[in-house]
Amino acid sequence: MKTNALILTGFGINCDGETAKAFVRAGAGADRMHLNDIAEAPSCLDRYQMLAVPGGFSFGDDIASGRILANRLRHKLGGPLKKFVQDGKLIIGICNGFQVLVKMGILPLFEGEFKQEVTLAWNNSCRFENRWVNLKVDAQTQCVWLKGMDTLEVPVRHGEGKFMTRDTATMDRLRAQGQIALRYADAAGVLANGVFPANPNGAEDDIAGICDPSGRIFGLMPHPEAHVDATNHPQWTRKGLSGEGAGLQVFRNAVEYAETHLV
Amino acid sequence: MPNRIEVIIQPGLKDPAGEALRARLAEDLHIQIEDCRIVEVYTIDAVLSQDELETVCAELFTDPIIEVSAVNHSLARDFDYVIEVGFLPGVTDNVGKSSKEGIQDTLGRTLGEGEAVYKSRQFAIRGASLDMCEKIARRALANELIEQWCVKSAAEMSALDGKPLLGLPVVTQVSEAVVRNIDLEIADSALTALSREMMLALELHEMKAIQAHYRSELVRTRRAKLGLPNNPTDLEVEILAQTWSEHCKHKIFNATIDYTGPDGKTRTIDSVFKTYVKATTDEVAKHADWLVSVFHDNAGIIEFDADHYFALKAETHNSPSALDPYGGAMTGIVGVNRDILGAGLGCQCIFNTDVFCFASPFFDGSIPDRLLHPRRVLRGVHAGVKDGGNQSGIPDINGAIVFHERFLGKPLVFCGTGGLIPKTVGGQPSHLKQARPGDCAVMAGGRIGKDGIHGATFSSEELHEGSPATAVQIGDPITQKKMADFLLEARDLGMYSCITDCGAGGLSSSIGEMAEKPGGVAIHLDRAPLKYAGLAPWEIFLSEAQERMTLAVPPEKMAAFTDLARRREVEVTALGEFTDSGYLECFYEGKLIASLDMEFLHDGVPKMQLEARWNPPALTPETVGERGDLTADLKAVLASLNVCSKESFVRMYDTEVLAQSVLKQFQGIANDGPGDAAVIRPIQGSDRGLAVSNGICPKYSDIDVYHMMACAIDEAVRNLVAVGAKLGTIAGLDNFCWPDPVQSEKTPDGSHKLAQLVRACEALYDVCTAYGIPLISGKDSMKNDYKIGDTKISIPPTVLFTAAAVMDDVTKAVSMDAKSAGDVVYVLGETRDELGGSEYLALKGQLGVHVPQVHVEQAKALYTRLSSAIEAGLVASCHDCSDGGLAVALAESAFAGGLGIDVELGALGLDSPVSALFSESQSRFVVTVSPGKVQAFEAQLAGSAFCKLGLTTAASDVTVRWKGEPLVHAPLADLKSAWKKTLQW
Repeated sequence: MKTNALILTGFGINCDGETAKAFVRAGAGADRMHLNDIAEAPSCLDRYQMLAVPGGFSFGDDIASGRILANRLRHKLGGPLKKFVQDGKLIIGICNGFQVLVKMGILPLFEGEFKQEVTLAWNNSCRFENRWVNLKVDAQTQCVWLKGMDTLEVPVRHGEGKFMTRDTATMDRLRAQGQIALRYADAAGVLANGVFPANPNGAEDDIAGICDPSGRIFGLMPHPEAHVDATNHPQWTRKGLSGEGAGLQVFRNAVEYAETHLV
Repeated sequence: MPNRIEVIIQPGLKDPAGEALRARLAEDLHIQIEDCRIVEVYTIDAVLSQDELETVCAELFTDPIIEVSAVNHSLARDFDYVIEVGFLPGVTDNVGKSSKEGIQDTLGRTLGEGEAVYKSRQFAIRGASLDMCEKIARRALANELIEQWCVKSAAEMSALDGKPLLGLPVVTQVSEAVVRNIDLEIADSALTALSREMMLALELHEMKAIQAHYRSELVRTRRAKLGLPNNPTDLEVEILAQTWSEHCKHKIFNATIDYTGPDGKTRTIDSVFKTYVKATTDEVAKHADWLVSVFHDNAGIIEFDADHYFALKAETHNSPSALDPYGGAMTGIVGVNRDILGAGLGCQCIFNTDVFCFASPFFDGSIPDRLLHPRRVLRGVHAGVKDGGNQSGIPDINGAIVFHERFLGKPLVFCGTGGLIPKTVGGQPSHLKQARPGDCAVMAGGRIGKDGIHGATFSSEELHEGSPATAVQIGDPITQKKMADFLLEARDLGMYSCITDCGAGGLSSSIGEMAEKPGGVAIHLDRAPLKYAGLAPWEIFLSEAQERMTLAVPPEKMAAFTDLARRREVEVTALGEFTDSGYLECFYEGKLIASLDMEFLHDGVPKMQLEARWNPPALTPETVGERGDLTADLKAVLASLNVCSKESFVRMYDTEVLAQSVLKQFQGIANDGPGDAAVIRPIQGSDRGLAVSNGICPKYSDIDVYHMMACAIDEAVRNLVAVGAKLGTIAGLDNFCWPDPVQSEKTPDGSHKLAQLVRACEALYDVCTAYGIPLISGKDSMKNDYKIGDTKISIPPTVLFTAAAVMDDVTKAVSMDAKSAGDVVYVLGETRDELGGSEYLALKGQLGVHVPQVHVEQAKALYTRLSSAIEAGLVASCHDCSDGGLAVALAESAFAGGLGIDVELGALGLDSPVSALFSESQSRFVVTVSPGKVQAFEAQLAGSAFCKLGLTTAASDVTVRWKGEPLVHAPLADLKSAWKKTLQW
């Protein structure tokens, strides 16, 4: 049976088009829907097994990236989103979407309550950085979206992507629960160890993405929806790449999980 | 009493913004400070309880992981001085506006219309004196046209104890909503003075044409009947001045010109626009069946595929960027986005391009009054385009930064945008649109303030003492993004019949133009939503406040349109209706205050009569030194401002959003080699794509603008051909930026500058018709001069040629980096002794004489053959030879590919190795071909000039020989680092 993804739009979100296309190419149906339309009739969430909070500049990153959208989601859709999570459904937040999930506390979701435990701060360079990165999937991760994957090449495009925790206890807990999903690495798959530009923002422990303890909710700074064709890769003309791009597997994994578990 | 919330990064944690500022002060102002911490300040001018304040402070404004905050309490610690910078009243405050929305969400209630949040920022600086802090504030942090600032010592700060440092930026100074009559029954000298005083930018003969119109019996009788005075109202004069401005009417391009060329013969040209620009397109259109809409819409529109059209436009925003680089450039990029959103029934923007021209950021002379240091202009313009483009979700895919000393007088900021639209939207053909009598005249998007008043007339003059600060605006990309999303939805639902950008000239211009087809419009200015009270009616109609579009909505669709807008949080207002009365009529509180004959408004401007006389420049032939090792020269050329890497700027643009990128700005083994044209695949699942490039070379203008123009076109075209695009699929845009070409007391060389314009237009026609390139849109900016006191700086005549080509199959595209050791290295095209205007001569302090010339027939044949070779998969890499000549192209291909190159240039048949290396002859490429494909490649190229130079190697150095002797020998890493370090900011 066909699964469906809901793609959030509005207020400066700008990767909704390609995120929807990635789900479609992975075999799902995808609808882009404005936050206000969802808030007016939250029961529409029942029709979807997957929710994406795409990248963009919601509210212009004013105050801090993702903050105002997170605030609005919490106040207008907090309850329905909690139900979506409790129903065992899948959520992905990419770039600005990751910032939103973190700031409204859907990630890392230690206790099942929405509470901010970590943050995404200004890059060490204090600049918006647009560059392709090599990512290494954590061997212990529970992340459903990364099943069977080891490395991934996709672009980062952000100014506020430095993953930071409040304290080492938080970091230990993330590690212990398999919640660290993706790390910045070099071309050989060796972790970046904080070194720019392999680690483009100075993220603690090279963390590029995390998931909730179940592995169903996933947030990451890099953009898998921007590597859907091999020709998106910066070196496709050197490496003779063709066909589908590596980022599509992330969406395929979700669709397969949803098809197996959620319909 | 407003409350202040202060937020600061927790002590002990790194403050990247503070550190970045510290580094920038050292670099730009040579001021060393010990430390800087940033305090974000939100001044809340609203009635909130203490509990509510604490709630929004904690939940909305503070990141609990890394920040601390306080209400009405100062957080700056361990500093000598605090600098606070905030906006002046009325200046767009995006963060303040978003903060108000956030507070409303948090508290679950709506704040009042007059309640607001104002954003400011403190810089707590340690290790600087009061003098230094004032210098920092003035020269690095605040622009006094839009911002206020103050410096406080530690003692003053503790005395203030959390109280405001700056005045609340509330607009209090208001104009009365009165309408004045303008007495035109005055002497000629008084008319001229009136034009200057009112910032009308109208010449005497134009003022007299208006005077004559209002003297006519017919007009007087009609006005008397309507209760209007004989003399025009201020609103009428302002509308006429906007509509007749150089910016809107392109009077110079449409003038009658008596032209005396280099041959000494005189002839009369009736409009260079008609004679050259439009004639080019008319000629090419005979053979190109893919033109859909050219010249008469906001952008040129051509076929993309069976189901889509493609629209392209480029604009300049030079004058605003000179005064406020950040705001000026941002409104430049979001403004051209609206041209695409207003093309046809509204295209989706799919890419931006940006080309900037500045004086050297290393300029160390004195900066004339009212101008900013080029380094500050560069940083500000770049940041404005970056924020505008990134926040709009439109990828920046191609651009350039060009340097020339005379751009000190005015920087040039070219912003381009491409868009896509289905051929049918809402059941209608998408390229046709027309307001009908009875349609509502609707404004959508932002509100109206005093920002940008007189922008169109201001940019029709040189920058002078009286240039108004109100011409400066700041963009609000998120308001525009919300509006764009909403309008594309409304478009697909068929909710409107016409749409256009509300840009220069504001409503006056957009409504005035849209009213041409129905034949009239009646507008009620008191219905327009304002940012603050107290705008005079003429200000409402002329304000260029950003983020607005003008639409014609059929009355029966108005309710649905308004409802959708409400759900998308976009403000829309019906201001009146289109009519067939033949008049543009404006009302204020029910009273008629303007009634302008549409025909006089649009066609009444007298044609300019100008004289152009070519005055051959006095040039000194170039002298080049003895042959010998030229490695150091190559490194210097690679490091020169026009050649060096711009990567540190480009990395800050979002180039990948929309997931369509195929060839990026930076290519090769380390993703840092300079690409030629950008290639995108805008529709997933299809291999059809677009290649986009730019050509610009003002450095040749002082020798001969004809060749400057020809070279700019050739550069854009060969960039496209280099990646695999073909002649016959290329569309062009011409953006002219000229110094004032009208002979006058302040411009004694005006007739020569006009002759330069004619020659550039001749080249435009000659080259574009030869290459088969239609000009689908274009723009001109004709007053790029600075004059205050005795100082006059005029830019070199400059044309940006933007080109785009539809490619059948993007998977055949070729990148510029050498791919494998042992590949054969060729130069295609003929290398001539053409060092005039070259980067090499510029380094030697010379201009020279022998400017590169384009040989169109040879070039055309080569381009066609190379395209076939690329399509057949015979080319491993292809890079265009441009600034810096063959030497630079060879070095770039090599270091981008991480491969050595060993080549011999003797076979080029030149007398001088300097010319072989550095001549900037046009229509050339450096190509590498794998050995197995050499035979087929050479067969494909037969008939065109090409030369086998040598091989790529596994060694990591570049070796160039001249008749056996080494000319250049350097490790790849050295060449790359020379190229990268100059602007590695």
